Amino acid sequence: MEVCTLEKRGNLFILTLTGEDEHRLNPTRIDGIRSALNRIRSDSTSQTGSVLITTAQGKFFSNGYDLAWAGSSPEKIRLMSSKLRELVADLISFPMPTIAAVTGHACAAGFILALSHDYVVMRKDRGFLYMSEMDIGLKIPAWFVAVISSKIGDAMVRREVLMEAKKLTAKEAVKRGILHAAFDSAEETVTAAVELGEKLVKRRWDGEVYSENRKGLYKEILEKLGADETTDDLKNVAIASSKM
Amino acid sequence: MCTLEKLGNLFILTITGEDQHRLNPARIDAIRSALDRVRADPGSHSSSALITTAQGKFFSNGFDLDWAHSSPDRFGLMSSKLRALIIELLCFPMPTIAAVTGHASAAGLVLVLAHDYLLMRKDRGFLYMSETDIGLKIPSSAMALIKSKIGDPMTRRDVILKAAKITGKEAVERKIVHGGYDSAEETLKGAISLGQELAKRGWDGQVYSQNRMSLFKDVLDEYDLKNTNRVLSKI
Repeated sequence: MEVCTLEKRGNLFILTLTGEDEHRLNPTRIDGIRSALNRIRSDSTSQTGSVLITTAQGKFFSNGYDLAWAGSSPEKIRLMSSKLRELVADLISFPMPTIAAVTGHACAAGFILALSHDYVVMRKDRGFLYMSEMDIGLKIPAWFVAVISSKIGDAMVRREVLMEAKKLTAKEAVKRGILHAAFDSAEETVTAAVELGEKLVKRRWDGEVYSENRKGLYKEILEKLGADETTDDLKNVAIASSKM
Repeated sequence: MCTLEKLGNLFILTITGEDQHRLNPARIDAIRSALDRVRADPGSHSSSALITTAQGKFFSNGFDLDWAHSSPDRFGLMSSKLRALIIELLCFPMPTIAAVTGHASAAGLVLVLAHDYLLMRKDRGFLYMSETDIGLKIPSSAMALIKSKIGDPMTRRDVILKAAKITGKEAVERKIVHGGYDSAEETLKGAISLGQELAKRGWDGQVYSQNRMSLFKDVLDEYDLKNTNRVLSKI
């Protein structure tokens, strides 16, 4: 079962999460994404002047962890967390600029996945960004907070996102400095991502240098990726499984 | 390589010459020597301010890569001297103002950012972390300084990852600099006016230095504790 496709368009690599479902981040999907990232890295032309665009089919970019799959199993929850952290580490060390073309809802871990890209563009006709944890009764791990803090600078907006579990439309997210830009439809969002990608490609950046400088910029995120204290909290695990 | 002038309670350090003011050991030593002279001035212990500015089209275009000529020892020497200079500025016993009258790139931008107040001309010149374009890694010390002075994540990304060339006008809009002026002369005038306002506050230099060091503790930690202690013993 293919969870994503990888397309090469000139120097742009376009990774699309396939299917009309919620693109829940279970091990299979995360492995599929990481495998695509590996294929990009092993492409010899990818070392200079390339760009990654991550996008999705259907109504969802990603609705977060696959809590239904995890059920009441702490091991499964730990596995998802560990794999997502490895994926985010991959993205932060990825040897080229990354653009998330958010063509549908991005919630919880799905929102974190989008934010783990250098540039985030989104459709404004539908869909929202939403850290749902407070509403579901889940603890937010320190590493999620590190991603949010590194990408959202305004203290009031951080409160809205994390503590108020506000559902933000793309238009609201642009105003709040969370999104780079918003566009009238899914197609236009991807077109804009491609245009931005082509501008960045022209800079001919060395992938390794770009990666090193990004790792330095997001050092605070990398420092927190080694652990997820919420997966050891049995009460949190039980809540997660009851919400499926 | 630089002149030091006293204007009332203000000390004005001007990087001289029409060249790119590349930060080689000689220029860095000259700047540090001027900072020593400021600190040694009996009038500098309170109610003072330092203004750093430059002649010509460039504030500073960064390290003297030609001089380093791919010699790791020379590059290491420049790096270590710049680090010592930045530490001195972060510990300096009076408010510091950079009157950015020309381009500031790479290490030159780091030098600018090490000042408390940044004023810049809007008619020409830009701020530019060129490292990603040239293929250089930004050292963790510089990274920490940039992040401590630029709070907005998108601006940080544009400065560090996009190697954006930021004009004075944009620098004001994006809150990288505190004020923008129509010309080099106006920028220096603005710096002097600001300096006089700050000097009037009558701040004790030691206290100012300690409070700034607390504010930028994380940055100083990245700049190497050994150096910090050596600098502190000079104050």
